[in-house]
Amino acid sequence: MINKTAAQMAEALAKGETTSVELTQAHLDRIAAVDGQVKAFLHVDTEGALAQAKDVDARRAKGENLSPIAGIPLALKDVLVQKGVPTTAGSKILQGWHPPYDSTVVSKLKSAGVVIMGKTNMDEFAMGSSTENSGYGPTFNPWDLTRTPGGSSGGSAAAVSSFQAPLAIGSDTGGSIRQPAALTGIVGVRPTYGAVSRFGLIAYSSSLDQAGPFGRTVLDTALLHEVMAGHDPKDATSINAPVPAVVAAAKSGDVKGMKIGVIKQLQGEGYQKGVQTRFDESLQVLASLGAEIVEVDCPSFEYALAAYYLIAPSECSSNLARFDAMRYGLRTGDVDGASAEAVMSATRDAGFGREVKRRIILGTYALSSGYYDAYYGSAQKIRTLIIQDYAKAFAQADVLVSPTAPTTAYKIGEKVDDPMAMYLGDVATIPVNLAGICGMSLPAGLADEDNLPVGFQIMAPAMQDQRLYQAGAALEAALLSKWGAPILSKAPELKGAK
Amino acid sequence: MALPTYEEVIAKWDPVLGLEVHVELNTQSKMFCSCATEFGAAPNTQTCPVCLALPGALPVVNEKAIESTILIGLALNCKIAPYSRFARKNYFYPDMPKNFQISQYDEPICFDGYVDVEIETEEGAKQFRIEIERVHMEEDTGKSLHVGGATGRIHGADYSLLDYNRAGIPLVEIVTKIVPGTGKYAPEVAKAYVAELRDILRGLKVSDVKMEQGSLRCDANVSLKPIGSDVLGTRSETKNVNSLRSVERAIRGEMIRHAELLNDGKKVKQETRHFQEDTGLTRSGRSKEQAEDYRYFPDPDLVPVTPAASWIEELRASLPERPSLRRKRLKEEWNVPDKEMAAMINADVLDIVEATVLMGADPTKARTWWLGEISRIANEKELPIAELAITPAHVAELVELVAKGELTDKLARQVVEGVVAGEGTPSEVVAKRGIKVVNDDGALMAAIEKVCAEQAETAEKVRGGHLPAAGALIGAVMKETKGQADAARVRELLLGHLGH
Repeated sequence: MINKTAAQMAEALAKGETTSVELTQAHLDRIAAVDGQVKAFLHVDTEGALAQAKDVDARRAKGENLSPIAGIPLALKDVLVQKGVPTTAGSKILQGWHPPYDSTVVSKLKSAGVVIMGKTNMDEFAMGSSTENSGYGPTFNPWDLTRTPGGSSGGSAAAVSSFQAPLAIGSDTGGSIRQPAALTGIVGVRPTYGAVSRFGLIAYSSSLDQAGPFGRTVLDTALLHEVMAGHDPKDATSINAPVPAVVAAAKSGDVKGMKIGVIKQLQGEGYQKGVQTRFDESLQVLASLGAEIVEVDCPSFEYALAAYYLIAPSECSSNLARFDAMRYGLRTGDVDGASAEAVMSATRDAGFGREVKRRIILGTYALSSGYYDAYYGSAQKIRTLIIQDYAKAFAQADVLVSPTAPTTAYKIGEKVDDPMAMYLGDVATIPVNLAGICGMSLPAGLADEDNLPVGFQIMAPAMQDQRLYQAGAALEAALLSKWGAPILSKAPELKGAK
Repeated sequence: MALPTYEEVIAKWDPVLGLEVHVELNTQSKMFCSCATEFGAAPNTQTCPVCLALPGALPVVNEKAIESTILIGLALNCKIAPYSRFARKNYFYPDMPKNFQISQYDEPICFDGYVDVEIETEEGAKQFRIEIERVHMEEDTGKSLHVGGATGRIHGADYSLLDYNRAGIPLVEIVTKIVPGTGKYAPEVAKAYVAELRDILRGLKVSDVKMEQGSLRCDANVSLKPIGSDVLGTRSETKNVNSLRSVERAIRGEMIRHAELLNDGKKVKQETRHFQEDTGLTRSGRSKEQAEDYRYFPDPDLVPVTPAASWIEELRASLPERPSLRRKRLKEEWNVPDKEMAAMINADVLDIVEATVLMGADPTKARTWWLGEISRIANEKELPIAELAITPAHVAELVELVAKGELTDKLARQVVEGVVAGEGTPSEVVAKRGIKVVNDDGALMAAIEKVCAEQAETAEKVRGGHLPAAGALIGAVMKETKGQADAARVRELLLGHLGH
């Protein structure tokens, strides 16, 4: 049962062929069997998950009207607060914190009857692209346990790709859903900024952060997308508009007559050969399905990475100021006579990891008086230029496409001492975040040189998320018939698996 | 060297003022969450994930606070920005949960206004225009109580207690441009400005404006320059100024302190100072020599404030009468002399007198009661007049009872005493205490006959035409009737009795 898609599981539940308790237990067993190697979860809430499953089964038995994914288990990135369940955002500074409230996303999952099995590993405060920056050790890529699953939502992506959960939630500030989806051979969507409430999402960079769904198919991802999105009065930046009809789009999956724009700047030099090959093939598949392929020019994308690494650290330097040992989380150095300032300083020194400190310092500098205009101010101008580039490109095409990441999964430890090399892995995903639009990554096959998954990225204008699913589902179906089996069936068996 | 006198200071130096007033709005909920704002609740009972800055919590602007701020801006003749943003002011302090304060920086919601204030001088009334630089919204911090240590400040304290009930209460900051040209009147102009602001805010019903509870707080900036010079001196910023009188005292005190330093050839330090209510002096606080870098940037969790022009016009149309115009109107309607008007404003009884008049009382009578006997009782009890148990309705009733002849002025004073003591309305006090004017002529005649018999010699003088002597007899009759007689009627009857 765990190898099925979420849509198939939902159907089995609806037909009474299985129960949510059975389904949840099967996944908990899988976690117990393989997560010692993958390390996708920071916390497994066995009791809570089974209680939720039992509750959903009871509601179903009473004939209540349930959401399409009621009873399906899910893995939640540890960046979203869940009442009473340890939430750390991958940081030692929040070790032992039990939130007294639910994030809006969690509230929506609960009321939809989705079973939250546990919290997944991530780069500390979502800062990173490999999950190696977690305060609790790295997550390993199920395709090759010596490699990273990408990040920052590496735990969620690894959980779904290793069949520990059919669905998962991540967050995407610069590519943190799409890039790990690409590196683990699954589907991940970063919805339009403001489409999913940020209330209860521990902030890294408020103007870029957005939670989104992971699934093994485009339809599964759409089913979760529809449940988690929607206006929230508790988030001032939440968009007050109906959720785009993403499930219907995923079911229709048609690109006939669709104009697909290939971004000139996001291919070629710097992209691994096998990545480029699979990307080009996918374009041919789309063309064969009746799509019109055009090339678009986005010259400002050259500056996107630089702008991102000014805006995100600036916002994080302020967002992370609240972790001061006064009200929750870690407190160190509180010995006789220590001043409040000394305790704050000792706690932040002990609780934050190197990458977090690096970005706080970078952001503090960028916002400083005398430097603000040159750094933060200029970055905002680049942001405007990128928005204008997208506007022009979307005048020529319905969706835009690129490889999701320039390379396939790299070795653990390969880039930890070279932040610039690590940052370059986000070059294709970051423009979406800066413009506040939506993007999807879906599997395009395996690279010839290393047999590792390659991601194909689709981008659509704000609140046109359904276009991602419409194009994605068409490509997915065509590739599936070409391959004969889902890509994950080609992943090696994990030790301990049945 | 002795401190210079104020006269010596103003003979040589010209003060320049700058005033920053913080107003706590009286909205039901906080600036960015739905927590209650009531004053005096048990510590940390009015908090939630948002105002405690729990991970993941987000602010959402209170629309009512925006409305109140626009009303304030309009009442201060400001322009209202069609687009303004909230900014984060970043600094670490334990009573600020997020370690940044949401405020407004280079894009305030209201800007470029003015307030005219008038003060009484020996040369008559003088008007000053105080220009307003900006009016912006921000959130209040929590309160810290530093326990132990000598200074009551965080450094040296044994431990600190934090109450976050106040964290996130909406604050409006009203900042003046520099105010030159007030000369020797600087302290009075500053006081008059704060009083005028308070009256305007009270009229708008947007704040409790209680300085003693901190819902209106004034930071006074003062610097001195030599008379005739264009070069501004170094300013000090005095905080903790908690009453109108303190505004005046703090500025006068700082002018003297600055002058002493400058006269000695020393420099004034740019710093924050704390006003000491008991001594009237200021104490050095945080030094501002190294300006703190707050790293302001637009708050990405909030959207810009874009009030519709039609809404602004609606609010403008709803503005109440400006206090200065109201004072002018009342002065004319009530026909009050300048001095009396000033006395009423000084004693802060204008609202209460107007309320009494609106209940039918004669303006002069109403004024006399509030400014005289009732003010005297308030002073004696060291209470604000508004906190006494006597209300405008009571005073209106009292005035009516006197006018009907049911009470004499003297008896009415006893009634006031009873009302203040909580014995009920004037009629109830009259009934309970058995106070009544003796207007039974028979009883009065008996007393008159008795007094005339006792003081036969005086009575003869009056009978013989020496009328001033009647006063002693009337006094004796009043005493005989325990003050409950109407003195005019006694006089009438007495003179009749003695052949006039």
